[in-house]
Amino acid sequence: MNLILGLVLTFLLAALAPRLHALLKETSGWVFAMWPLAWTIVIGSLAQQVIEGDSVYIRYPWMSQLGVNLSLYVDGLSLLFALLISGIGALVLIYSGSYLKRHRYLGRFYLFILLFMGSMLGLVLSGNLISMFVFWELTSLSSYFLIGFDHEREEARRAALQAMVVTGMGGLALLAGLLLLGQAGGTLEIAALLKQGETLRTSPHYLPALALIVIGAFTKSAQVPFHFWLPNAMEAPTPVSAYLHSATMVKAGIYLLARLSPVLGGTAAWQLMVAGGGLVTMVLGAIMALGPSDLKRILAYSTVSTLGTLTFLIGLGTPLAAKAAMALLLAHAMYKGALFLVAGAVDHEIGIRDVRRLGGLGQFMPVTATAAGMAALSMAGLPPSIGFISKELLYEAQLHALHSPTLLAGTGVLASGLLVAVAGIVGLRPFFGHPIHRKRHLHEPPLSLWLGPLLLGGAGIALAIVPEIAASPLISTAVSAVLGKPTVVELRLWHGPNPSLALSALTVIAGAGFYAAQPFLLDIAARAHLKEWMARWGPQRGYERMLQGLNALATAQTRLLQSGFLRFYLMIIVLTTIALVGSTIIIPEPLSRWLSRIVDARPYELIIVVLMGVATLMAVLTSSRLAAVAALGIVGYGVALLYMLFGAPDLAMTQFAVETLTVILLVLVVYRLPRFTRLSGRSARLRDTALALAAGGMMTALMLMVLSAPLKSRLAPFFAANSLTLAKGRNVVNVILVDFRALDTLGEITVLAVAAIGVYALLKLRTE
Amino acid sequence: MEGKEAMISLILSTATRYLLPLLLLFSIFVLLRGHNEPGGGFVGGLVASAALALYSIAYGVAAARRMLRIDPRALIGVGLLIAIGSGLLSMARGLPFLTGLWVERELPLLGKVGTPMLFDVGVFLVVIGVVLTIIFALSEE
Repeated sequence: MNLILGLVLTFLLAALAPRLHALLKETSGWVFAMWPLAWTIVIGSLAQQVIEGDSVYIRYPWMSQLGVNLSLYVDGLSLLFALLISGIGALVLIYSGSYLKRHRYLGRFYLFILLFMGSMLGLVLSGNLISMFVFWELTSLSSYFLIGFDHEREEARRAALQAMVVTGMGGLALLAGLLLLGQAGGTLEIAALLKQGETLRTSPHYLPALALIVIGAFTKSAQVPFHFWLPNAMEAPTPVSAYLHSATMVKAGIYLLARLSPVLGGTAAWQLMVAGGGLVTMVLGAIMALGPSDLKRILAYSTVSTLGTLTFLIGLGTPLAAKAAMALLLAHAMYKGALFLVAGAVDHEIGIRDVRRLGGLGQFMPVTATAAGMAALSMAGLPPSIGFISKELLYEAQLHALHSPTLLAGTGVLASGLLVAVAGIVGLRPFFGHPIHRKRHLHEPPLSLWLGPLLLGGAGIALAIVPEIAASPLISTAVSAVLGKPTVVELRLWHGPNPSLALSALTVIAGAGFYAAQPFLLDIAARAHLKEWMARWGPQRGYERMLQGLNALATAQTRLLQSGFLRFYLMIIVLTTIALVGSTIIIPEPLSRWLSRIVDARPYELIIVVLMGVATLMAVLTSSRLAAVAALGIVGYGVALLYMLFGAPDLAMTQFAVETLTVILLVLVVYRLPRFTRLSGRSARLRDTALALAAGGMMTALMLMVLSAPLKSRLAPFFAANSLTLAKGRNVVNVILVDFRALDTLGEITVLAVAAIGVYALLKLRTE
Repeated sequence: MEGKEAMISLILSTATRYLLPLLLLFSIFVLLRGHNEPGGGFVGGLVASAALALYSIAYGVAAARRMLRIDPRALIGVGLLIAIGSGLLSMARGLPFLTGLWVERELPLLGKVGTPMLFDVGVFLVVIGVVLTIIFALSEE
C-alpha cells in the first residue's frame, strides 16, 4: 500500500513542483532529488525480500468487474528497473537544477520530469496490464512535454510531436495486444498471466497479440524501422536525453518484452520478430552512430544499437541471453547516462556539441574527463568495467545460440566494434589530444554537473570490480523473473581464456580500425549519396508521407461532408440513418399481420391518429408558417393524448409542456423570418419528398417490428418491484430518472446545458 | 421584442399577473409530488419555464429578466452543481456516486426527504435555465 501512496505522492509533488521551485530557487534541484533518493531507499529495502525469492504483490481494486486493478507487482525485473529509475532520477534532478539554472520554465521542467518519474515507476511496478498501459502512455506524454520543452523552437516542437505520434501509434497497437492477451488468459493480472504460458501460446489470439505487443515495444524502444524519433528527440534538454532517452523510458519496450517473455517467448514467431528485429537494429544503429558529428545524436544512435542488442537477447530467450540482457541493461544505463550528462556539461561550459570542434578539454575539466573516460571504458567493453562483463556475456550467449552461432557472433563483433569507435569519438576525443579552445577561459563545471556522471561512470567500474555486492544479486533476481524460474548468476571480471575473450580482443582491434577509418567511411557514404537516399526512402520519409496522407484524407472527407449548408448536413444525417438502420431491418413477418394490430385499435384512438395524419399533411402543404406551427402542435398534442390513453401520465405531461414551449419557440422564430417563398426547384423538392418518405417509412417499419417482438425485459419487473422498497417512491418513471438511472439523467442535463450554451453562442456571439 | 411595449395586450398582461404565481406554485407542486405521483423535476421545470415565457411575452424580456433576478445561464450551472452535489453526498459516506440517501423521519408537507429529491431540484433548475436562456436569447434578437 505504501508503494501506491508513494506513486500518488510523486504525482502530487510533480503538480506542486513549479510552486516549490519558486520558493526554493537555487537549491531546488537538490531538494527535489531527495524524493527519488527516498524512492531508491524504499525500493532498496524491498530488495532483500525480492532477492530471497518473495515477490511483492499489492492490489487496489479499481474497476474490478472488468479485471482492471491498480496492482503492483515487484519481482527482480521491476526491482532492477525501479532502482535505475529512482537512482538515476536523483542524479538527473541535481544536474538539471544547475544545467537549466535561471531558465524561465525550470519549475515547469521539474513538473514534467517528476511526472515522468512517477509514470515510469508506475509502469515497471504495475501488476495489471491496463494500469501498466496507463502509465506507459503517461511516459509518452511526459516525454512529449520534455522533448518540446524549448517550445519556442520549431524543431523541438516537431520532434516532440513525432515522438508522440510514433510511440502513440505503438501504444494503440499495444493496448489491442494487451486486451487480446487478457482475453486469451482470462485475466489482466500479470502475476496470474505469468502462470499460463502454455494456454497463451496455443491460443488463437497468440499471434495477433504478439505482433501487436511487439509493435508497441518496438516503437517505444526505438527499433528499426521506428527508430528515427529517438535521434530527433535529442532536441530535449540534455538531462532529459540522459534520463528518458537512454537510461529509462526507451527501455520500457525492453521491460515489456522481458516481462512477458515467460508467457509469450520461446516460439518461432517470437524469435523471428523479437530477436530478428533486435539484431537488425543492433547493427544498423551502430553503423548510423558513425554518421553524425553532434555529440548527442551520436549517443542517440548508439543507444538505438544497444536497445537492439537488448531486444535481440530477450528474443533469443536462453538463460545465457537473459543473463547478458540484464547485465547489459545495467551497464548501459550507467555508461550512457554518464556520457549524456558529460555531453551536457561540455555543452554547458563551452556551448559546442560538434565533436569535430572539440578536443583537449581534459586539462581544463579533469573531473568531467575522468567521468567520461570511465563511462567510455564501459561502453567500449573494456575491463575492468561492467560493460566488459556484459559484452563477454553477449558473446557467450551468441556463441551458444541454437541457430547460426557464427553469424550471430560475427554481427555482435561488428556492432560492438563500431560502438568501441563511438566510445572513442564521444568519450575520449573531446578530452584528449591537442586543445582547440586554448583562447577561451575554460574551467571545470560546478559540482552538480559533474557529480552525476562521475557517480554513474564510477559505478560502472565499481559494480564490475566487486560484483558480488550489488550486481550479482540484482541481476540474478532479474534473470529469474525473465526466465520465470529461480536462477543464480555470478558475474566475474575474469573468465579465463575462452572464445568470448578472443572475440573481445577482436572487437577492440576492429573498433580501433573503425575509429581510424571513420573519415574515410563517411567519405564513401557521401559519395554513395547515402544521406539523400535515406531522405527519400528512409522510414522518416514514410512517417512524413503518412502524416501528409492523413491530412489529405481529412481534407477530402471534409470537403465531401462539410459543405457548409444546413440542408446538406440534414440530408447526410438522414441518409446515413436510413442506410445504417434500414440495412438491419429484416422484415420477419408479412405486412398484413402488422396491419392487423391497427384493427385492434379502439375508435377514439383511431380518431386521434387520423387527426394527427391530417395535421401532418397540413403542416407540409400549407404556405403559412403560423398554420404549420399550429398543425405541428396538433400532432404533438395528439401524441400526448395517446400517452395518456395508454397509461403513461408522466410522458403525457412532459409532452404537453414540451409542445407548448415548442410552439412559443417557433413563434418567436417565425416572427422574424422573411415571407414564405419556394426557393428550391421541382427536382429538389421531389428529392426531399422521397428522402422524407423513406425516413418516415423506415421509422414506421422499425417501430412496428420492435413492437411485434414479444417484450421480455427483466428490467421492468425489477423497477416495478423495487421502486418503493429501495428508492422509496411510488412513481416508477421518476424513481428511474432520479435514482436507479440518475447517472444517465445527470448526463442528459449536462448535454442540455451544453446545448443551451451552444444556442446562446450561436445567437449572441455572431461575428459582426 | 423590446421597444415594442405598445404591443402589450391588456388581457394578456392582466391574466399573466394572476397566472404567473399560480403556475410557479403548480410547478413546485409537480416537482415535489414527482416521486410518488406523475410529475418530477423535468415536467416541473417545463411548467415553470412556460410560465416565465408567458410573462416575457406579456411584459417583454427585460421585465422578465428583472423579475427573475438571476441570469438563466447561472441557473443552469447552479442546477448542475446541485445535481452533482446530491450525488457526492453519498460518496462522503463511502457509498458509490449518486446512491440515494434518505432522512429517517418524514417531514411535514414534504414527506420523505432524500438526495434523489435534491437531484430532482437540480434537474428542475437546469431545465428552467436552458429553456429561458434560449427563449430570452431568441426574443432579444
